Amino acid sequence: MDQFILQILNGLDKGSAYALIALGLTLIFGTLGVVNFAHGALFMLGAFVAVTMSKLLTLSHKVVDEARTDFLGNPLQVDVPYIYDWFGQAAGDVIIDWAVPISIVAAIPVMIAIGFIMERGLIKHFYKRPHADQILVTFGLAIVIQEIVKYFYGANPIPTPAPSAFVGSFDFGVVLGFDPNAIIYPYWRLVYFFFSIGIIAAVFAFLQFTTFGMVVRAGMADRETVGLLGIDIDKRFTIMFGIAAAVAGLAGVMYAPINSPNYHMGMDFLVLSFVVVVVGGMGSLPGAVAAGFLLGILESFASMSAVIDFLPGINQIIIYLVAIIILLTRPRGLMGRKGVMEE
Amino acid sequence: MLGLEKKDFRLLLIVIGLTMLAPFILNPFPEGSEMAQFNAGYPDLMQRFVIFGIFAIGFNILFGLTGYLSFGHAAFLGVGSYAAVWMFKLLSMNVLPAIILSVIIAGLFSLLIGFISLRRSGIYFSILTLAFAQMSFALAYSVLTPITGGETGLQLALDDPRIFGVAQTASGNIPVPAIFGLEMRASYELALGSWLFTFNAGYYLAALFLILSFYLAIRIFRSPFGMMLRAIKSNQTRMSYTGLNARPYTLAAFVISGMYAGLAGGLMASMDPLAGAERMQWTASGEVVLMTILGGAGTLIGPVLGAGMIKYFENIFSKINDTILHGWFAFLPDGLENFVVAIIHPFIGKGWHLTLGLVFMLVVIFLPGGLVQGGQKIAAMFRRKQPEDAQSKATEPAE
Repeated sequence: MDQFILQILNGLDKGSAYALIALGLTLIFGTLGVVNFAHGALFMLGAFVAVTMSKLLTLSHKVVDEARTDFLGNPLQVDVPYIYDWFGQAAGDVIIDWAVPISIVAAIPVMIAIGFIMERGLIKHFYKRPHADQILVTFGLAIVIQEIVKYFYGANPIPTPAPSAFVGSFDFGVVLGFDPNAIIYPYWRLVYFFFSIGIIAAVFAFLQFTTFGMVVRAGMADRETVGLLGIDIDKRFTIMFGIAAAVAGLAGVMYAPINSPNYHMGMDFLVLSFVVVVVGGMGSLPGAVAAGFLLGILESFASMSAVIDFLPGINQIIIYLVAIIILLTRPRGLMGRKGVMEE
Repeated sequence: MLGLEKKDFRLLLIVIGLTMLAPFILNPFPEGSEMAQFNAGYPDLMQRFVIFGIFAIGFNILFGLTGYLSFGHAAFLGVGSYAAVWMFKLLSMNVLPAIILSVIIAGLFSLLIGFISLRRSGIYFSILTLAFAQMSFALAYSVLTPITGGETGLQLALDDPRIFGVAQTASGNIPVPAIFGLEMRASYELALGSWLFTFNAGYYLAALFLILSFYLAIRIFRSPFGMMLRAIKSNQTRMSYTGLNARPYTLAAFVISGMYAGLAGGLMASMDPLAGAERMQWTASGEVVLMTILGGAGTLIGPVLGAGMIKYFENIFSKINDTILHGWFAFLPDGLENFVVAIIHPFIGKGWHLTLGLVFMLVVIFLPGGLVQGGQKIAAMFRRKQPEDAQSKATEPAE
């Protein structure tokens, strides 16, 4: 039983990342009808916003410390972050420690701006082109973004730690009445899970309870009619693209402490996220979220040693296997709408 | 001639000429000169040109004609490689049985995957093929290690049975792949003045297969079967309304292109007898998509051009470094020289992927018909009239 709960918990954080990326993909697909292969790159860019932020915060200048000397007897030069000069050492340390949460604030405008540029600059011209062209051009864009990041940040993963307050693990075993240490779960993954639930809830609330969201939903259902009513639906869809980019970016920012960001993390997630979207049903937002969590949890169950002993290698292929079965038995995915991508 | 129209026969002759004279054409710069690094006429790279050319021709039969975008074609190439290496291990070092078996195995494997994947179309088909390829990759990497060699890849060993050949040579080494005694790595070097041309047995074997593949592709493109595939691409619904079941045709195209991929895999293993799982990864599948689109999907010569271009970029472009650039721009004033080099720097050497991505995007945006369409546009500009050839103009991007 404790193993069971542990695996569900383990699946949640990866599932959250899948769900957030799949949500953004579905938003873009549902509104603009574009299959965006560069969405993984947006996730990766989000993670690198966190990297950049922690680099910026530790930007330092050299100060000669007269009190200490190096091994040659000269006065020692110490790196002092500018943050210390502005806020004092104690507050500066706290700010540097909280670099990842702080970068959320920066990531939202940055990612929305990148989304706007992508949509207005490139994807706008591909609405009338076949889906294969959209896949190909965004695939090319993903390569370009990836290589630019590699040029500036190198090919190695860059460790980006979570605030020290979240280091360590939460012992679910004690709370739920099992042995201590039976179910331990890192705090940051818990934070990640609740953060993504928050984002998902916010996106759904935005679509459901605001006038803007209502117009967007109407546009998703029947774009032409909304346009005939004198509403500039294209503008709203562009904004939705920005929001989808921001969702992917935030997923990336918060994921940075879990896996050190490297330039190809987006591609790794993208392939799986597409599988998630298709399993959830193309164009269905709840489907994308549900399938994200479902596949994340299934993946972690499949990596239990008892399961691997029984079916070797199942942990490597479970997601694809599920996708194949679902696509063949439920052609529209779990919650797909009729008539989406069926031409 | 050979059942081809005059124009197609001319195209075939051009391809034959290009492949047979490749050691000359690809080595235009004299040995030791500053430009010698742009020579692509060494056996290893020439083999890769033709092998990936075959792979792309096969992919084009599926994608270019039917419009089904497979993101898992590298799986067939990988399976073909494994089959060929197993033939080297069990039977003999003769490459012919190895290549034949790799084509058959890849054909069977693609029959299985195609039968399932072709139940869906559009993006669902892409995801299904991607899922199958990734599954094959993951399994080859982990569980199937006894068959595939896992992470280290499948290699020849001294104690392999090789029932029709020798387990080891007289000097105690592993024998090398050969065709009836002619080793694949055997080369004849011709020195003409300061030029050095290399004629490699393996390359010419692969080139013969390329010509054969190209000829078959022309026949398929011009046959009623090819017409049927194009009809499926342009309107599958109408096809089914006329009472025709499209599935057998698409499946046949899928299997044919899978066999081409298997042939490429078998040749790859023949040139260098080892096979690794990374050949099946989805990035490898993406590469053949890039090649085909870059050259021109749905055209005959396009995929070969695309494959050649990407492999040339990968091997030659990535070798340029800052020192070479400084050499080129030495005529500029110093400040300007450094500035120009700094601008170009991200695009060369290790950054060649960036150039590739940009070129690919530009091609998709402005030339949906690929380089072939670009060539036609330029030709038309000079001739001041539209190309009459309706066939090669029909390079509509596939759905």
